[in-house]
Amino acid sequence: MTKPVNTPVNNLQKIRKSLSRRNRSEWLFRWYGRLAIFIGLVAVTVLFTDIVSKGHGAFRIAYLQLEVEYNRDLIGVDNLTDPEQLILGNWQAVPKQALRQQFPDVSGRSDKRKLYGLVSNGSGFDLKDRLLANPMLLGTRETVWVLADDDIDTYYKSWLDGEPYAARLSDKQVKWIGELHDQGKIRLQFNSNLFTRGDSREPEQAGIRGAVMGSLFTLLLTLMLSFPIGVAAAIYLEEFAPKNGWTDFIEVNINNLAAVPSIIFGLLGLAIFINFFHVPRSVPIVGGLVLTLMTLPTIIITSRAAIKSVPPSIREAALGMGASKYQMVLHHVLPLALPGMLTGAIIGMAQALGESAPLLMIGMVAFIVDIPGGFSDPATVLPVQIFLWADSPERAFIEKTSAAIMVLLSFLIVMNTSAVWLRKRLERRW
Amino acid sequence: MQATNILILILGLGCFAFYLGRGRSLALAKPLGGIRHIHSLPSYYGAHVALWCALPSLLLLGLWMIFDDPLINSIVLKSLATGGMVIDASSESLLLNKITNLADGVLPRKGEEPALVVAADLMLKLQEISRWSLTALMMTLTLMGFGWSWSRISSTFRARPQVEKVMEKLLLSCACVAIFTTLGIVLSVLFESIQFFRSVPIDDFVFGLDWSPQTAIREDQVGSSGSFGAVPLFVGTLLISAVAMCIAVPVGLMSAIYLAEYASKSVRSVAKPALEVLAGIPTVVYGFFAALTVAPFLRDLGASFGLTVSSESALAAGGVMGVMIIPFISSLADDVITAVPQSMRDGSLAMGATKSETVRNVIIPAALPGIVGGIMLAVSRAIGETMIVVMAAGMAAKLTANPLESVTTVTVQIVTLLTGDQEFDSPKTLAAFALGLMLFVVTLMLNIFALQIVKKYREQYD
Repeated sequence: MTKPVNTPVNNLQKIRKSLSRRNRSEWLFRWYGRLAIFIGLVAVTVLFTDIVSKGHGAFRIAYLQLEVEYNRDLIGVDNLTDPEQLILGNWQAVPKQALRQQFPDVSGRSDKRKLYGLVSNGSGFDLKDRLLANPMLLGTRETVWVLADDDIDTYYKSWLDGEPYAARLSDKQVKWIGELHDQGKIRLQFNSNLFTRGDSREPEQAGIRGAVMGSLFTLLLTLMLSFPIGVAAAIYLEEFAPKNGWTDFIEVNINNLAAVPSIIFGLLGLAIFINFFHVPRSVPIVGGLVLTLMTLPTIIITSRAAIKSVPPSIREAALGMGASKYQMVLHHVLPLALPGMLTGAIIGMAQALGESAPLLMIGMVAFIVDIPGGFSDPATVLPVQIFLWADSPERAFIEKTSAAIMVLLSFLIVMNTSAVWLRKRLERRW
Repeated sequence: MQATNILILILGLGCFAFYLGRGRSLALAKPLGGIRHIHSLPSYYGAHVALWCALPSLLLLGLWMIFDDPLINSIVLKSLATGGMVIDASSESLLLNKITNLADGVLPRKGEEPALVVAADLMLKLQEISRWSLTALMMTLTLMGFGWSWSRISSTFRARPQVEKVMEKLLLSCACVAIFTTLGIVLSVLFESIQFFRSVPIDDFVFGLDWSPQTAIREDQVGSSGSFGAVPLFVGTLLISAVAMCIAVPVGLMSAIYLAEYASKSVRSVAKPALEVLAGIPTVVYGFFAALTVAPFLRDLGASFGLTVSSESALAAGGVMGVMIIPFISSLADDVITAVPQSMRDGSLAMGATKSETVRNVIIPAALPGIVGGIMLAVSRAIGETMIVVMAAGMAAKLTANPLESVTTVTVQIVTLLTGDQEFDSPKTLAAFALGLMLFVVTLMLNIFALQIVKKYREQYD
């Protein structure tokens, strides 16, 4: 056996032979990369289309046209200023009577119950509010659009789309809806309840107003606490801290806190704020405190980066003109670093707005109907509301959940784009 | 007066004091020929007065709010005890709760024990006294601080250094919030865990194979003790995290490589923010997506192949979690890949290597520590992720490595144990803190290790 000699010609042949293989693997590698990006983009698209296709229906909701009579004897109310009468009044009787008149040939208990099931359980109270706003109506008749029950709403929408879902309806109800549709007495309207009401067990009555207000109060407190504290900490660490073990320790702490799972902050809030300091559960105060601790590392880290990006020449010029170190920081560094800090604050707030796990721990998962009016009213927040609705068995809540997600995502998109815009617009390149 | 009202009042007085102090220094400066002849700028004199006005009373307010309730409670309990009532440690909190509710008017007073009604009255009276003495003390402190600092204003008084010294302390205390947070986490989790390990031995918890945290109401009920073996939870957590990593690591890494090395500037400027959208989506949205879209899809897909896929399969939760982590890995990897010096690329290309060979044989090995650090951070994130698994993974603890079955995780159990109506001292709630401790320790170690690697790597090429 003779060993092949490494002549230049021989080597060239070897290289030529391997070249096509190498080129093929190059081509493959490139396509792996494209595939990876494609998978990521597909995930984004599927997620958004899925949410939108599930949720767009929730912005419209079915209403029935009924001719109601505000009959004094029927309701049991003759004086609209008497609160006791208002509480005891049989308000649901008004839409029920109107339905009986609409379908006079319905008889029998179970049929009647099905008939009453066409309208929302809360429609009587809606009519009560209408009556209170316009007391002259008592004892008269009028034609109004009344909120339909959620099952009717689901069926009617699916029927309009050509694939009716009637699993929860009886044949008679389906027939009635058909009749109402032919008479033009059922229609889809803009669902203003979604934006003006609090949570409810009835999907057609439920809205996100309470959750949005809860999120607002919680975030307001978070911003008020975490922005000043975060900026102050960043200033200290960047400008004043001596380089010693103590500041290293602070720094390690901050970096680690940024990566601690959010649920741990919930445990902290439960043990310290609620069990030790006896802050009441479920209120925006304790939610805001927990989210403050959670977003603080983010704000400190971005603020430090912003301070770092201010060139040292500015500092030296200020010091050279006789400014004290504080004057240098307050009058020169801080204004220049502010856009970067604000960007960090917005990103931190966006993070806090989407956060729900720690809030589950501190009782912000309670079922709360009232719309919170302050920092110490029991409240829930938008992501937790989404979690609660997603857990509800009613089919109509799927639509609502997706709609709430769309609202949450649009808030986040606005916040994040404004952060990007702010950075592009205000940040100076040195 | 409410604490918030006092707070607002004190802050208002502080602002007022600022203007008074500033005005006084200006008045002092005028006959001397302008502010050049006093030691500091007028606003420093103002700030000095304002700080002396507000700070001491705010400190008092903070201390008062911490010690107010325990003190009142102990006085009330002592009065009950001297009234002849036998109070042991276990009934103490219950009793206090009742008295507080009576005092607040949440519980009706009719038909209650007279001793408790008396105690509630005492509590109300003490609260009243506490409120008024707090207000009075704070006002006195404010006025004293004002008087003291006001009297010190003179043309030679060194206001600026004094104010700056206080400011530095304030900044330092803000920086220390991070330490206190860590300390708070450690203490709260550790304290409750120790209590838990008193009733459940630590080795039963860490090595036990059976998790069913139901504790019965009656002592003699079957299975009343509950079993707290956390191994199935750890296995479930690891299984879901592994599924997530199987998706996130290849996709995240390859997209980072493609964006950093191959993509044109225009592709990069579109694809990078589009991928980062994934990072901005709240986890509850992913959870909803996993539970309502991905899980049924996988179940139907499995059924068409004759496989039984659970509707709460680890695959659905892990897969969606993987999608969530893609941008996290890709942006971290992107950072380290772009940090590899251009000269290394040029050297490899000049030797005749193709681009992919350069990436595989030069760039990846050079960037490996950073990439590993990034992956470890991602793992710690997957382990601690809560909402996706709460919504899409199961509740029942099962010891399995099959991703088609339903498993439960540490975070799911923490949430389920703590969101019910529970007495705080039961082993069931304390178990949540023990799980939290595990979670905290594991993620902390991962984070410290990963951050160390990333930091070292950064220094290498800086």
